[in-house]
Amino acid sequence: MQVELIHFLCLAAILFGIGLYGVLTRRNAIGILMCVELMFNAVNINFISFAKFITPDKIIGQVFAVFVIVIAAAEATVGLAIVILIYRNFKDVFIDKMNIMKW
Amino acid sequence: MLEGSTAIAFYIISFVMILSAIAVVTLKNIFHAALFLVLTLFAVAALYILLSAEFLAAVQVLIYVGAISILMIFAVMLTAQLTNYNIKQTNEQSLPALLISVCFIGITIFAIATNNKLGGFPIKENTEIAGSNTANLGQLLMRDFILPFEVVSVLLLAALIGAIVIAKRDN
Repeated sequence: MQVELIHFLCLAAILFGIGLYGVLTRRNAIGILMCVELMFNAVNINFISFAKFITPDKIIGQVFAVFVIVIAAAEATVGLAIVILIYRNFKDVFIDKMNIMKW
Repeated sequence: MLEGSTAIAFYIISFVMILSAIAVVTLKNIFHAALFLVLTLFAVAALYILLSAEFLAAVQVLIYVGAISILMIFAVMLTAQLTNYNIKQTNEQSLPALLISVCFIGITIFAIATNNKLGGFPIKENTEIAGSNTANLGQLLMRDFILPFEVVSVLLLAALIGAIVIAKRDN
């Protein structure tokens, strides 16, 4: 049994697809944020496996993964603050009810 | 290329990861979904160790499992009606969404397989990195990527201030 680069790439594609399905179907805003985190993680797996298999002498892919993690943290913070604010105003977190900006 | 016990570990980790990721997107109780998100993130951290990225595995556990999941669970506690199981958690788009996701996964795997047939990625066999992973990463961040490093810290500060400003009650 051997595991090569393509196995990691396929795994990351499957994880990204699952996250995409969740983003498209979830009604709960917090659920959508959780699925976005899944997609960020799939991208990170790609970065790190490319860094390991293609440029093993430089680990620049891992530096990019660090930046992705930081930006995911910032996104989660601001996103959850917005969700809390929406809940305070609407008493609801289901985004298909948030249509006051729809004309 | 990973062989032997690491290959078996890879298959076990990916099995756990995919099953718990499916649980994250399909479970009706949003709190249980958040707990399965923790399991998925742990599996990703284990995968980072297989890919000899020890520092990033530690960062994954600290930031994702320790901070972001706890933030999610806090938000769930503050907002969701956990006891009411009759609330529908998915919208009417689940069939087209399933179609789109399966098409995405299929096309991506087809592209990877075709690329592999046509010669594949330029893989280097010498996959041993000299020196410790943490030291190498620190030197890269402080030498070659110092400007993005500073920019990203300003971004983090802006997100912190923004979250406080958005969530605070205005009197």
